[in-house]
Amino acid sequence: MVGLITFLIIIPVAGAMVLYIGHPKNPRAVALIFNALSGFYALMLWQKFDAGTPGLQLIERHPWIPAIGAEYVVGIDGLSLILVLLTSLVFPFAFCAQKLERGACALMLVMHAALYGTFTAQNFVLWFLFYEMSLVPAFLLIKIYGGENRDYAAVKFFLYTFLGSVAMLLAFLGIYFAKGTFDFVTLADLGKSGLIAGNFKWFVFGGIFLGLAVKVPLFPFHTWLPDAYQTAPTGVSMVLTGTLSKMGVYGFIRLLVPLFPNEIKIAGPWILTLIVCSIVFAPLAAWVQRDLKRMVAYLSINHLGYCLLGLFAIAAASTSSLIDMHAALSGVFLQIFNHGITAAALFYFVGLLEQRRGLRGIDDFGGLMARTPLLCGWMSVAMFSSLGLPGLNGFVGEFLIFKGSFATAATFTAVAILGLLFTAVTFMRAMQSLFSGPLAESCTGFSDLLLSEKVVIVPVTLLMFAIGISPQFVFNIFNATVVQMARLFG
Amino acid sequence: MIAWTIYITFAGAVVILLLPRSFARWIALAATMAGLAISLAPFFRHDVDLAHFTTIVRVPWVPTLGINYHLALDGISLVLVLVTGIAAVSAVLFSWDVNKRANEFFFWLLLVVGGSYGVFLSADLFLLFLFYELVIVPKYFLIAIFGSTNKEYGAMKLTLYSFFGGTLVFIGVIAAYASAGSLDLNQLAQFQFSPQLQSWAFPVLFFGFAVLAGIWPLHTWAPTGHVAAPTAGSMLLAGIVMKLGAYAALRVAMNLFPQGFQMWRNTLVVLSVIGIVYAAAVALRQRDLKFVIGYSSVSHMGFVLLGLATANVFGVSGAVLQMFSHGVIGALLFAVAGTMIYRRTHTRDLDELASMNLRRALPFAAFTFVIASAASMGIPGFSGFAAEITILIGAWKTYPVAVWIVGAGMVLVAAFTLRALKRSFFDVDPANASAAPPQMDPITIPEKLGAGLLMLATVTVGVYPKILLDRIQPAVEAMRFLK
Repeated sequence: MVGLITFLIIIPVAGAMVLYIGHPKNPRAVALIFNALSGFYALMLWQKFDAGTPGLQLIERHPWIPAIGAEYVVGIDGLSLILVLLTSLVFPFAFCAQKLERGACALMLVMHAALYGTFTAQNFVLWFLFYEMSLVPAFLLIKIYGGENRDYAAVKFFLYTFLGSVAMLLAFLGIYFAKGTFDFVTLADLGKSGLIAGNFKWFVFGGIFLGLAVKVPLFPFHTWLPDAYQTAPTGVSMVLTGTLSKMGVYGFIRLLVPLFPNEIKIAGPWILTLIVCSIVFAPLAAWVQRDLKRMVAYLSINHLGYCLLGLFAIAAASTSSLIDMHAALSGVFLQIFNHGITAAALFYFVGLLEQRRGLRGIDDFGGLMARTPLLCGWMSVAMFSSLGLPGLNGFVGEFLIFKGSFATAATFTAVAILGLLFTAVTFMRAMQSLFSGPLAESCTGFSDLLLSEKVVIVPVTLLMFAIGISPQFVFNIFNATVVQMARLFG
Repeated sequence: MIAWTIYITFAGAVVILLLPRSFARWIALAATMAGLAISLAPFFRHDVDLAHFTTIVRVPWVPTLGINYHLALDGISLVLVLVTGIAAVSAVLFSWDVNKRANEFFFWLLLVVGGSYGVFLSADLFLLFLFYELVIVPKYFLIAIFGSTNKEYGAMKLTLYSFFGGTLVFIGVIAAYASAGSLDLNQLAQFQFSPQLQSWAFPVLFFGFAVLAGIWPLHTWAPTGHVAAPTAGSMLLAGIVMKLGAYAALRVAMNLFPQGFQMWRNTLVVLSVIGIVYAAAVALRQRDLKFVIGYSSVSHMGFVLLGLATANVFGVSGAVLQMFSHGVIGALLFAVAGTMIYRRTHTRDLDELASMNLRRALPFAAFTFVIASAASMGIPGFSGFAAEITILIGAWKTYPVAVWIVGAGMVLVAAFTLRALKRSFFDVDPANASAAPPQMDPITIPEKLGAGLLMLATVTVGVYPKILLDRIQPAVEAMRFLK
């Protein structure tokens, strides 16, 4: 019997098949129809999901390769659900951003399915299959449909992530030989008492850490990201930053922290140092970028750093109170969601500017406020959301993360808060040179937001305000999961 | 009841966006007048407890995190809400002739006002920080779109300073929340923070807020920001926004971390005394009239910080009174310089103004400027005197040396004020002393009303400061750092 989650994964694949076989005239419309369908299923999932009970729900379990203990197991808890919802939201948003060719649409849909799979799979082999399945379309999308410098960027992206994946696979083989299972839940229960004895555990730990750190990415494994995001088409960049980067964060929460609680306590300060470097250096790098897309790409590293800060601050602490853990984890989950929509929105706006001007250097624009007030206004909201202005979604997540991490890692947190300031400076500089001053001659022919663009951006912005003003409805999704995980980590 | 100041102001802002442009100023006037009327109401009622930070509204907001929508009122808040109302009404009146993108202008203006009401009434740290940061955005747009001289630079500098201060505040808020586990200001004020935490959390929080209050040496945004802003923008900046910083420093930093405050008191006194004297000396050398007033704002806010640092009832009450007083006087000075003079002469250069014989051309402006200067210098009978004398009495008990230095600083204040007054209105060029004064548009009725309101406020409080002090003092006595 095929369950709801399996359906969810199959729908985008079916969409890709239709595009591949059917040669439709308007591939984007077909892709959007399939997005709507999977979005509907995601909402059904939300409706069926019982927010009150912790643990996995709506589990489907089928034997797959019994010889190696690989099962087809999918299920969701609050964390999975919020990521499924985010994926369902970001993909249509990305398809609206840009007309993509048929092949690109099909590849995007494959990636879509792979993401649903990654966020719901509960067995390592299955998870890894989906994880890798997302890599290939991403590589092809950059390689074939990217802009300038796409070959270099695509190969760099592929090599980095692939090396990370190989390290992770080897590490998991090590775990399998020690414990004989790939099941996440079982492994998490074993994690407390130590999965592997001896120094070998550090190789295993390092392998998984490396694989995920590249994916997020974490300083100093981030250098593939600006190249990849810069050259990818707008819609692809939105998906890469909005959802693909979350695979790394998700992996940290679901795999590394539960499986290696003791090792993290030892390595914690080192990891936190890397995270704080990500948070502080990335916006400084963004500050000096001339290319808007590269700027937004660097800021992405900063925002994902906050997620990891919250997670590792509580995971690395020898003791931390439940309240702080709840705050930090809620903040991390919310930040994952927030960053998904906000960063996608930023790329969307950069895409709009690029469509109008043909270029996207920060100096190629000027005085847009006079010509396109609506575009500037809505773009400013996305920027303010990204820099964490109270009243918008970004602030709530960051506030909680800092609150939770402050109790156990005060110094790291205090330094990390500087990242907020640098982000603000970066955005203010961008706003000033794009929006104010005299209207640049090259921008005189610009059209303001079109109806088709308003239809896309208004709901997204309203969602940012809704989460910023009344975040409770999002907390309700993952509250039970947060409580359960806090117990697991503590 | 007083919570409606916030709602009406924000509602007014929304209505302005929805209705045609020509209604904008009337809606803004109605909303700010309503706010002023509401903030006056508690003065006529005796059943309001102003001695304690009494809850008005408390609704769970994000229950899982203990965040409440929580507003409260005491005498200090009330006085600042009142000055917000007064400055807001007069700022609208002095913007009566704004034609360019008027609805947008009044929209931003009302957001600043509404956010400020929110800060003064918040009893939840999260809510307070939300309103506090909320004020930054409209402020930026008011200056960057509608400003004049070097507006983009001024707007950006002000915004970056605000964000810098906001970041420090954020660290302090997180520290308080993480250690006490609550965001309720009244509960936090009962909590015993460890001295070690207080020793660093206090300066982080206090200086974060004090950036907006124009503390030396973090004041440099103030003169450039004031000069770049449109008249109403400068009036709101001087009248309200600088008070946000001083108020929050008192309500949050000092009241939460009394021991940290004790450790840093002397530093604060030194910085505030330098600020008073230094800003006055700089003002003496300025040629641009708005720069003179901008630096005078820094100097006057130095008195607020000095009052706070004395840590006794007189000093702190005087500081709150000075916040009110400077709010009114600063707004009045900027109104004269920005609208009455600059709009008509298109120059603020003191040397050029000196040759214009403005006293005869704009007699009402001259009259207003004389009153404002007198109040600013601290002539008895105006609110400035009442406030500064209270602060100095407070300071005398603990820091007599500071009083001597500040006394010398007050002479400088008088000197630069008189110089500005003389150069702008009373310097008669002997060459054309008998010539007819230049033709200028007469002062309009909204301008007269706005100036009248501000003058009335400074004189009323100057003659009868008890009306405010009676409400401030019990609230100050209830604060923790005095015990």
